[in-house]
Amino acid sequence: MKIEPFASFTGTPVSDNVPSAELAIEARGLVKRFDGFTAVDGVDISVPRGSIYGILGPNGAGKTTTLRMLLGIIDPDSGYRRVLGHERPTEVARRIGYLPEERGLYPAMKASEAIAFLAALRGVPLKEGRRRGRDLLEQHGLGYAADRQIRQLSKGMAQQVQLLGTLVHEPDLVVFDEPFSGLDALNQGKLERMIRSLAERGTTVIFSTHVIAHAERLCDQIAIIAGGKVPFAGPVDAARDRLRPQVRLETRAQDGPWRAAIPADARHEGRFWFFTLPESGVEPLLRALIEGDAGILSLSIERPGLHDAFVSIAGEAAARALEESAQEAAERATEKKGRR
Amino acid sequence: MLRHHLAAAWVIARRDFCAVIFSKTFIFFLIGPLFPVFIGAMAAAVGSQVSRDIDRPVVGIAMPAHQGDLLVAARAGLAPRMAGFVPEYTVLARLAPGETFDARTVLASKGVKGAPQLAAVVTGTLDKPVLTATSERVDQWRGQLALIAAEAGAPGPRTYPDVIEDKIATTAAKQHVDLAVTAQAGQVLLFLLTMLLAGMVLSNLVEEKANKIIEVLAASIPMDALFLGKLFAMLAVSLVGIAVWGSVYGLLMLAGMKSIPLLATPSVGWPMFCLLGFLYFAMAYLLLGSLFLSIGGMATTVREVQTLSMPVTMMQLMVFFFASYALARPGTWIETASQVFPVSSPFAMLAQAAQSPVLWPHLVALVYQAVWVGVIIRVGAQLFRRTVMKSGPARGRRGWFRRPVAATAR
Repeated sequence: MKIEPFASFTGTPVSDNVPSAELAIEARGLVKRFDGFTAVDGVDISVPRGSIYGILGPNGAGKTTTLRMLLGIIDPDSGYRRVLGHERPTEVARRIGYLPEERGLYPAMKASEAIAFLAALRGVPLKEGRRRGRDLLEQHGLGYAADRQIRQLSKGMAQQVQLLGTLVHEPDLVVFDEPFSGLDALNQGKLERMIRSLAERGTTVIFSTHVIAHAERLCDQIAIIAGGKVPFAGPVDAARDRLRPQVRLETRAQDGPWRAAIPADARHEGRFWFFTLPESGVEPLLRALIEGDAGILSLSIERPGLHDAFVSIAGEAAARALEESAQEAAERATEKKGRR
Repeated sequence: MLRHHLAAAWVIARRDFCAVIFSKTFIFFLIGPLFPVFIGAMAAAVGSQVSRDIDRPVVGIAMPAHQGDLLVAARAGLAPRMAGFVPEYTVLARLAPGETFDARTVLASKGVKGAPQLAAVVTGTLDKPVLTATSERVDQWRGQLALIAAEAGAPGPRTYPDVIEDKIATTAAKQHVDLAVTAQAGQVLLFLLTMLLAGMVLSNLVEEKANKIIEVLAASIPMDALFLGKLFAMLAVSLVGIAVWGSVYGLLMLAGMKSIPLLATPSVGWPMFCLLGFLYFAMAYLLLGSLFLSIGGMATTVREVQTLSMPVTMMQLMVFFFASYALARPGTWIETASQVFPVSSPFAMLAQAAQSPVLWPHLVALVYQAVWVGVIIRVGAQLFRRTVMKSGPARGRRGWFRRPVAATAR
């Protein structure tokens, strides 16, 4: 497979074609430095309204810092951001829901009160927040825990309470920072369904993750981030399309004039040939194989996955870091489960 | 936007207020300051009883024949008309002619029958009394004894004229001193309350940081609304405490406990002085509290907060001493400085309320102090964002007051 280092990528993100009015988030050239270290270095992101948008990158790539800048928790050193049409995200805080990576609630608060409090922070009257809190807990099978203090709940339940608190004010934009970390497979599935249902209702969802599978399954668009830079931002398909399809060819003949149609860097294993589909496309290849009497036994053309696209865009090192991040997260989750 | 700020501050204030008021530890907070009061009252009662039992000095008399009885009678006639304490006189011995009495030996012995608290002995005669006692007692009672002996030695009964009383409320000099005492009492009360209560604010953001909820709060509401809400919540908690302690004090008064000495009526009158006292307490609390909140916001652990609490208490003491020092120097630049310096201003202005009837300076001072509360909260919130939330530009002080987003990329 041909690996293209991200430094050489100069393509324009597809979503740049979307008019600003249709964007929930628009950021250009965001830069953030901490004590001389550049955590985010010129990030451009365009998130269309109503889409599910993933920020994919290994630990320390700058995902959380980017999200914190988009939310207005921290200000960029330079750059431009517009969230729900406002340059100051705090002005539209009431229309945004945010679930940080490090979850936290007041331990002495009751579950329903915690949701009502989070709702009140976003402008929902306390009484209404309490009602919605109880309804949401009932809907998600946690009605029995409504009057329990957060400290009396399991960590998973507390996470669910905070998630419901993030959504209680029915935001137009929801920002999740590593929402799947610490969740078991069952709850990850539930969260995925919840994210899809939010998008179906027209809510824009942006989340960060280091798990490619989540981004691939859920996202309409992604931003790949590594070393504080975003080498790619756009639809998932566009990321995949950056790689040529992979051909797996099985032939009866071992040699002949058809070999001229096979790229020189093709890998050969027994009767099988593995190579990248030439830019001329599949038809000239087939014609050459047939006319060259290759004796085709099987031929498959596979579209590259997001993992291959990530490797191609961000580079091998970033891909390894991404895998290590996912591995660490999985180990942490297993460790926590074991402790419980 | 201001409405949103205030609404957000209200949400935080309500949460914090309820969290404190409905916690079990609040009971200890309420009864905490009452412990020293009760212990002090008990100690004072016991001490006073002991003092009454022990310190009842008696002057023994050992004089020829009935001279001692004359001295006792003269003392009984004069004592109600004399200022200061006049000890009891008791006859120890009626001496026969030529008989002597060893006063020193009697005073050195542990107890004398009928006069266990014997502090001095009078011997000699009415014309030439001899007072045997310690140096202090001799200095104290020499004059009294001379007067009483002269009265006892004079023949015939005495009549004392009734003095026609012409009382005036006060003199200018006394009024000045009394008002200064009222001013000082107001300052001391203000200081005690702020010292007891404002320190709580120091640890107010540690909970949010420890529970990681600070991230959600920072994304939901402006940081200065968070600071404002926390500050007012703690002020409200303090007022609840003061109301409870005040009620307990009132109940004890009703139950017959001895009241504190009455102070001179302040120049602005008691109702206005109390109102100004309340407002200046609120301002002192908000000023010191906003400062402590900003300082405490930098701390990440309870241990760090504990380390900070001592310098913070010292700072409060310095503010109080400064205001007290200025009180004794009316009309000087020191007094003006104490009124202008934001954190000492409430103390200095309360003292002024006791001493001057003019009200408009208080209105100016309250507005001035409120502005400073806003400034300190604003700066504290900015500092918190920059140092704790790691926001703001990486370098350069100009960024403090810039717009949050620089449009450099456009």
